[in-house]
Amino acid sequence: MITLAVTVTKFGVARNVTFPAIYQEQARTGKRVLPMFLLLSAVLGFVVIGETLTLLNKHGFAAGILGPVMIAVVVRELGPLLTAMLVLARSGTRNVIELGTARALGEVDALEALRIDPIHYLVMPRVIGMGMAVFALTIYFVLGTLASGYLFAFLNNVPLRPDEYVHELTDALTGLDFAILVLKSGLFGVLIAIITCYHALARPLRLEEVSQAATRAVGQSVAACVIADALFLVIYLLV
Amino acid sequence: MSSSAPNPIVPAIEMTGVSLGSCDEPETAVLENIDWTVTPGEYWVIGGMHGAGKTSLLSLAAGLTAPLQGRYRLFGQEMPAKGDQFLAERLRIGLVFDNGQLFHQLTIRENIALPLYYHRNLPEAELEKIVHTILEWAGLTPSAGSLPGAVGRAWLKRAGLARSLVLQPEVLLLDNVLSGLDSRHVHWWLEALDELAAGRTPLGSRPLTVITAAEDLRPWRARAAQFAVLHQGRFRALGHHPQLSELDDPLLKELLAEPLPAA
Repeated sequence: MITLAVTVTKFGVARNVTFPAIYQEQARTGKRVLPMFLLLSAVLGFVVIGETLTLLNKHGFAAGILGPVMIAVVVRELGPLLTAMLVLARSGTRNVIELGTARALGEVDALEALRIDPIHYLVMPRVIGMGMAVFALTIYFVLGTLASGYLFAFLNNVPLRPDEYVHELTDALTGLDFAILVLKSGLFGVLIAIITCYHALARPLRLEEVSQAATRAVGQSVAACVIADALFLVIYLLV
Repeated sequence: MSSSAPNPIVPAIEMTGVSLGSCDEPETAVLENIDWTVTPGEYWVIGGMHGAGKTSLLSLAAGLTAPLQGRYRLFGQEMPAKGDQFLAERLRIGLVFDNGQLFHQLTIRENIALPLYYHRNLPEAELEKIVHTILEWAGLTPSAGSLPGAVGRAWLKRAGLARSLVLQPEVLLLDNVLSGLDSRHVHWWLEALDELAAGRTPLGSRPLTVITAAEDLRPWRARAAQFAVLHQGRFRALGHHPQLSELDDPLLKELLAEPLPAA
């Protein structure tokens, strides 16, 4: 809540300091991990389509099922959640360690002595940057998975033309999917950033406590993302 | 920051009946009943053994913590004052930490530039000029591009001073700045603080109120300064240095590292 208030009231303050910080955050959380994400999305595409084909081979092939499966599994569930988990593992942990160490070494006191609001300078850029980064990564991840899924189906001689596959996908997609994908991925990023920053900064920390703070932050971030994911599922069920 | 000269009638620091908690345990009083007035332009040295509450007192004076009891006013403004409307007031005081407490992700130059870029909406060229001047003054130009982890402790302390001065405070608080320094650096600091107190700052000519905490009072003996000691939870102002040797106080003798009579 405090972060939200600071973000709203001070968004325009000291832009020459905070805007580069936001850019830097989304670059190191987002852009720099893109190659790893594309590789993982390729693997996930193979896995999802591979498993689906195995099932279909057992129970008889049903035409037009690959697209809907991909949308349900990848776009609605695994895409955003896996992206969030990977970002948490890579950037969330870095966040707690970086900020927790800064807290323990008195750098946060130094910020306060210089009258620089730590929430404005340290937390706000991370929250905005991570929200943007998780959203962007989710999009790439989903696109990569959908593409590699088709590639796998093609290699397995499934009689499916690219235009038919795209048609299946677009048929299965609804407007709500887009809205929820945006909300969900952005929210995951924001949640991870807030929880990791909270554990690193909320109270005085000694150096030896940084690792415990990281453990707690990761555990709570996973829980928060999964619970948020379940709540979005409720929206699907209701609408 | 106010551009007018400080009004001589308004004390820079005024504490009445202040009790304060320690840094580790904010609720337990480490110092009690402090009455202390600092007039603008004074040069104070506060002596005390390790754990006597020097850092806590400086944190309170800098407005980072609130007193448990009593009131503390900085240039007439009740502290700690939170909120942006008091920003100008709060920027009148600067705190230099024990080890500089630099931001480890930023280079020395970026550390010094950060408060300036954050608080001052000036053209880039002007900001660059200020940072350059300060770096030169502190002798930090050769290490300007290095991260704090790659720079010696003595230089980190200087960078901490430079980072505080960049905002041109009127009161400068320094915590244990001479501890662990070799004589060359000690000499630089004492000269620099004299210059600052006399108003010859790198960025202008306004006398600075300098308040420094120390475990060893010897380096300051010959300097024109007011002294105070912290002992057993009490704050005791002692006056100017010629009077120090007249006082028969074991703690003071220890802080001055004078041989005790029996020895």
